[in-house]
Amino acid sequence: MSIFLDSSSKVIVQGITGSEGTKHATKMIAAGTNIVGGVNARKAGQTVTIADKELGVFGSVGEAMKETGADVSVIFVPPKFAKDAVIEAIDAEIGLAVVITEGIPVHDAAYFWAHANAKGNKTRIIGPNCPGIISPSQSNAGIIPADITGPGRIGLVSKSGTLTYQMMYELRDIGFSTSIGIGGDPIIGTTHIDALEAFQADPETDVIVMIGEIGGDAEERAAEYVKANVTKPVVGYVAGFTAPEGKTMGHAGAIVSGSAGTAQAKKEALEAAGVKVGKTPTETADLARELYKAL
Amino acid sequence: MDLYEYQAKDLFAAHGVPVLPGAVASTPEEAQAAAEKIGGQVVVKSQVKAGGRGKAGGVKLAESAAEAKEKAEAILGLDIKGHITRRVLVTAASDISEEYYFSFLLDRANRTFLAMASAEGGVEIEQLAVERPDALARVAIDPIEGVDKAKALDILTRGKFPEEVKDEAADVVVKLWETFVAEDATLVEINPLVRDPQDKIVALDGKVTLDGNADFRHPAHEELVDKAAEDPLEAKAKAKDLNYVKLDGQVGIIGNGAGLVMSTLDVVAYAGENHGGVKPANFLDIGGGASAEVMAAGLDVILGDSDVTSVFVNVFGGITACDAVASGIVEALKILGDDATKPLVVRLDGNNVEEGRRILNEANHPLVTQVDTMDNAADKAAELAAGA
Repeated sequence: MSIFLDSSSKVIVQGITGSEGTKHATKMIAAGTNIVGGVNARKAGQTVTIADKELGVFGSVGEAMKETGADVSVIFVPPKFAKDAVIEAIDAEIGLAVVITEGIPVHDAAYFWAHANAKGNKTRIIGPNCPGIISPSQSNAGIIPADITGPGRIGLVSKSGTLTYQMMYELRDIGFSTSIGIGGDPIIGTTHIDALEAFQADPETDVIVMIGEIGGDAEERAAEYVKANVTKPVVGYVAGFTAPEGKTMGHAGAIVSGSAGTAQAKKEALEAAGVKVGKTPTETADLARELYKAL
Repeated sequence: MDLYEYQAKDLFAAHGVPVLPGAVASTPEEAQAAAEKIGGQVVVKSQVKAGGRGKAGGVKLAESAAEAKEKAEAILGLDIKGHITRRVLVTAASDISEEYYFSFLLDRANRTFLAMASAEGGVEIEQLAVERPDALARVAIDPIEGVDKAKALDILTRGKFPEEVKDEAADVVVKLWETFVAEDATLVEINPLVRDPQDKIVALDGKVTLDGNADFRHPAHEELVDKAAEDPLEAKAKAKDLNYVKLDGQVGIIGNGAGLVMSTLDVVAYAGENHGGVKPANFLDIGGGASAEVMAAGLDVILGDSDVTSVFVNVFGGITACDAVASGIVEALKILGDDATKPLVVRLDGNNVEEGRRILNEANHPLVTQVDTMDNAADKAAELAAGA
């Protein structure tokens, strides 16, 4: 088992003919992902050959789903066109849309999130500005390198891409059920809480690692959720203790505003909820390993 | 990007939100000329991106143009919470009957927008929210439905605005919403929004934050950047398309990915506790590519920081292969030549790490030390910074 993505997932790529789309479709196929086609309205009806696989290019997500049975879309469309691409995925009611695109205006994200709500949230959105989701040895929807580690019993949810990779590397001796990068933008689809809920319910996940960073209060709300609903051991890490107030640290959402959104406040909230918080990624991994071995 | 009050008001005016006539001045003479043009009583206001300008002596009333010059002289150069006043806004003075508060902003937690309204304006809104939460209406705004006059009236009713001004204030609110959407703002705030003795509604102050991700559809926003107030190293980095934030420590940091770089800063700060309290000197995310050119540009910016005494390059090869990063470092050091003078601690892990380490070992550059783990590398970088 795993969460949100498994070996039965049929994946399409929106923007498959672009350089990023092609590059990562190749890597996803190499990782064992069942890529069944792509979407580009201007190249509908054509085919592309990626990693020796001939894939149909469809005019819309709906058409691709009808023809291939796809239930996951990975979106590599540039920021300018990302809003329309996500809305198209939502309107087609695809089960999962993974939005890799970085740099989407927050008004566009707010708009497509409202649209998803209005349509009854039939599409789970991951991202934007995220590395995607991997259930090792089953399927990889996004840009997380598949060769860092294999399947195992840790579930990981993280705001940051490279910290996801770092943590998977640190815990490569145990492996992961699913590792999910939810993205560092102010408005994202799937949250820490959504992932915690799914990991709690997943019989193949024993220990949960959550990585947060400065900005907003998602970690504080996740802490409350853990306290009330999660019985599996949870280990946390928060990046950005040294971030100055009012400066955006790379991710559009990573900003301390006044006394809100600080790493210290997030760490304290997590610890108050019984989550062990590591000082460094390595220490966090050690904490997770200890808890896993004690089970 | 946060705007100055005068920039915010220019945007308001462009979208039909009523503001008083005014002009920005960077010398006392300009302030005098502006006051003459406006005529009568004027207010001279410090233009800094910080709250509490009035309390700090940055807002003064002047009865004449000559007095406006004097007041501008006193305010220009004034330090308000670490922000030096370089410009003043000279505006017509207003008779105020009542002061209100109104804003639209991004509500991250609820993944939507929020209107905040109160008939008790002119005070610190954070304070009002804590002390008298009932006086501050918070109304969620659907990004698809937006704000029409009926919605505006609903918000103002919940904010307990007086009946007799609601209609006109609602028109202002609709225009403010148009500003928020059309300019891709994440905050538009008017505090105070005032009612004058003729029951006219005017924005007496303005605060706007723009979304940098939307710059591609707002070429005009580029002109709102205050290049003179930018940190010179940050400006240099920006010109090279690098994601850099200057901090006040000694260990220069280069890494890939925002989260890993933030984490690197923290780990260096912890390590610094054992090495005379040295701290990270900057945030620099070179992103996925990490080519020799990007690495050289990054090193060039960091070595231009005279506070830096050692550099820590921390890369986890995900998409990026470590051999490309290693070659980038070697090439960058060649490009920089004698300009590279500070010791470099390099930690590589992940994709093709063996080859990356081999390349650095082979190059055997006298300034470069390789350390295998992030924590140990941070410790080494802190030690070198402290010993310099």
